[in-house]
Amino acid sequence: MHVPDGFLDAPTSLATAGVAAAGVAVALRGARRELDDRTAPMAGLVATFVFAAQMITFPIGAGTSGHLLGGALAAVLVGPWSAVLCLSVVLGVQALLMADGGITALGTNITLLGLVTVVVGWGVFVALRRVLPKRTALVAPAAAVGAFASVPVAALVFTGLFAVGGNAPVDLSAVVVAMLAWHTAIGLGEAAITGLVVASIVAVRPDLVHGARPLLAHRELEVREVATS
Amino acid sequence: MSTRRFFTVAVLVSLLVAGVASYYASTHPDGLEYVATQTGFLDSAEESATADSPLADYQTSGVDDARLSGGIAGVVGVLVMLALSTGLFWALRRRGSPADTRD
Repeated sequence: MHVPDGFLDAPTSLATAGVAAAGVAVALRGARRELDDRTAPMAGLVATFVFAAQMITFPIGAGTSGHLLGGALAAVLVGPWSAVLCLSVVLGVQALLMADGGITALGTNITLLGLVTVVVGWGVFVALRRVLPKRTALVAPAAAVGAFASVPVAALVFTGLFAVGGNAPVDLSAVVVAMLAWHTAIGLGEAAITGLVVASIVAVRPDLVHGARPLLAHRELEVREVATS
Repeated sequence: MSTRRFFTVAVLVSLLVAGVASYYASTHPDGLEYVATQTGFLDSAEESATADSPLADYQTSGVDDARLSGGIAGVVGVLVMLALSTGLFWALRRRGSPADTRD
């Protein structure tokens, strides 16, 4: 969903650049709480993996394709603040090195793919974790649902931006319907990849999964209670 | 699985995904591009200022073989990402005390 230069007018691009800069600034402060000697390399790894995975575009029919956005995946693996920074580095490298996503559109892309997907993906994940049984086996399904939701919401936010500052006079209702339909389909791919990756890591190293750590603490507490009784 | 082994496997997977598997990725336009074509705003897109970058569009300029051209771009991208992001997060980390795991 990388937005190229030219889709949005200058005032809108400037506004999203402001939103992106503010989001990254807040994330730089928040991420300190998530990062230590053990989780900092993990965050670097997650950013790198998201970059690699975004190169795999999968067909979704009718001559269209999609790829992982990775906001929900990164948030569950390394925490929401670090996830914003992961996606920002990915989008920056893509725009500067690979000409993928515009330069003046970088703020728009960080807003859509770095902020919206992380907020929605992490929000849905945390809400599900709260109501689901406290089991690490449910971390991956909850992450997948968050990932699924994040894609059409990001598509909707793009359409909103396009309604405000789109450079081409086109029928907005057609844009909103098409964006939602295709990105709901892409969301299924996002959910599958996110679920698979989170499940694989939870299986071998659940302690490296940010979103699973509260459940691990819960599990250890239970063990101690049994041991002392 | 030891941390060292986990990281080695993850870096290898990233290199293989970007350097090898990417060759088999779909070449269809992505969702946004497709919608832009369908509803008629694709023409408002402008060429990126970095369109002349040696790795633009995940292809290495001057390398004719498509598999090699995309593979080099993917591997270089992964190495740049690894250096930049690990450097950033390592600089940001809290030293000494374990990270706060509260949400």
